[in-house]
Amino acid sequence: MKICVASGKGGTGKTTVAVSLALALDNVQYLDCDVEEPNGAIFLKPEINQKAMVEIPVPEIDEQKCNYCRKCAQLCAFNALVVLAEKTLVFPEMCHGCGGCSYICPQQAITEKKRAIGMIERGHAGDIDFIQGILNVGEPMAPPIIKKEQSLIDASRTVILDAPPGTSCPVIETVRDTDFCILVTEPTPFGLNDLRLAVETMREIKVPFAVVINQWGIGDNVVDEYCDQEGITVLMRIPWDRRIAEGYSRGEPAVAVLPQLRGNFKKLFNQIVEITDESLTCIN
Amino acid sequence: MKVCISSTGRDVGALVDPRFGRCQMFLFVDTETMQCEAVENPAMTAGGGAGTQAAQLAVDKGVLAVITGNIGPKAFSVLDAAGIKMYVGVSGTVQRAVEQFKNGDLPATGTPSVARHSGMGAGKRI
Repeated sequence: MKICVASGKGGTGKTTVAVSLALALDNVQYLDCDVEEPNGAIFLKPEINQKAMVEIPVPEIDEQKCNYCRKCAQLCAFNALVVLAEKTLVFPEMCHGCGGCSYICPQQAITEKKRAIGMIERGHAGDIDFIQGILNVGEPMAPPIIKKEQSLIDASRTVILDAPPGTSCPVIETVRDTDFCILVTEPTPFGLNDLRLAVETMREIKVPFAVVINQWGIGDNVVDEYCDQEGITVLMRIPWDRRIAEGYSRGEPAVAVLPQLRGNFKKLFNQIVEITDESLTCIN
Repeated sequence: MKVCISSTGRDVGALVDPRFGRCQMFLFVDTETMQCEAVENPAMTAGGGAGTQAAQLAVDKGVLAVITGNIGPKAFSVLDAAGIKMYVGVSGTVQRAVEQFKNGDLPATGTPSVARHSGMGAGKRI
């Protein structure tokens, strides 16, 4: 079972939920896919014992062979190549590594060289198989790193994927092959606005989802009302509690600060199992 | 001499668009005859690489100079490598900009004038 923890808005408590869920369950693999700013490690404190670079192929032009026909520049959807009268320029940071330019070059003037964009770290936090991706500062493309993390998924475990915030490519990459997505939000107009975007995204990519409201009690009822209208299940309401915030600032997971929450997260998981079983039954 | 000007409209009476890569329109003007060709910027709504795509267009049209409000680092590298001179910080009508250029009143720039992604926001942030 692969469960993604996502949100429209940043700072709603994805990591709080993902980490607490990982700690409340047995036989878990935790993937931190928020590769621009992975922070699950602060709470899970894993012992890292494997590191690997993530590289993408980028074009290298052999000026001796290039006849400036510009087929490569016309093909590139990301404008990473520009052909001048007697020079072909490559902008490696814009290249998505599709390999199309080297494939179509009639002069075979393009070879691919590897460019490192980040790394993957793997280790253990207690019994949890811990994996995190780290995108190098200034690099724009998170998906290749997330894909690499997902290639390490151990299907014999309950896999928890901590997604980046928002609804852009890295989020889609993280969530699309999972069995269920928890959308974490806060009970405020900001939380609602971004939750709507996340809900539209999940409906579009057809991943079953439900909502967890964090910091319940700080705002208003707009999120509850919205979920009610839309027929979206609210799986859990984590009350606003200063002790959780204080623990967070010290790098302590919510379930460590308030051990009674452990049962709530187990229940959360059981509800998800029930929902996904039901949807499977529907499909069958 | 043929020059490329980022423009908000189709003729020389239009205002110079302050963005290069994500401007609305390019006017290719012959400074001798003031003959003008308007080309919609194919890169205005590009997901990424607007600067390089727009610069490629200017190169393909064989211009010797680009006149605009601001220019980003990638468009700068392309135009610089192609030996095209760049004149930035220009505002007012295209007509006036061309006249200033012909009179030698515009200093060429040797560096990009804005950071990458500065022209994004579909015209909302000018």
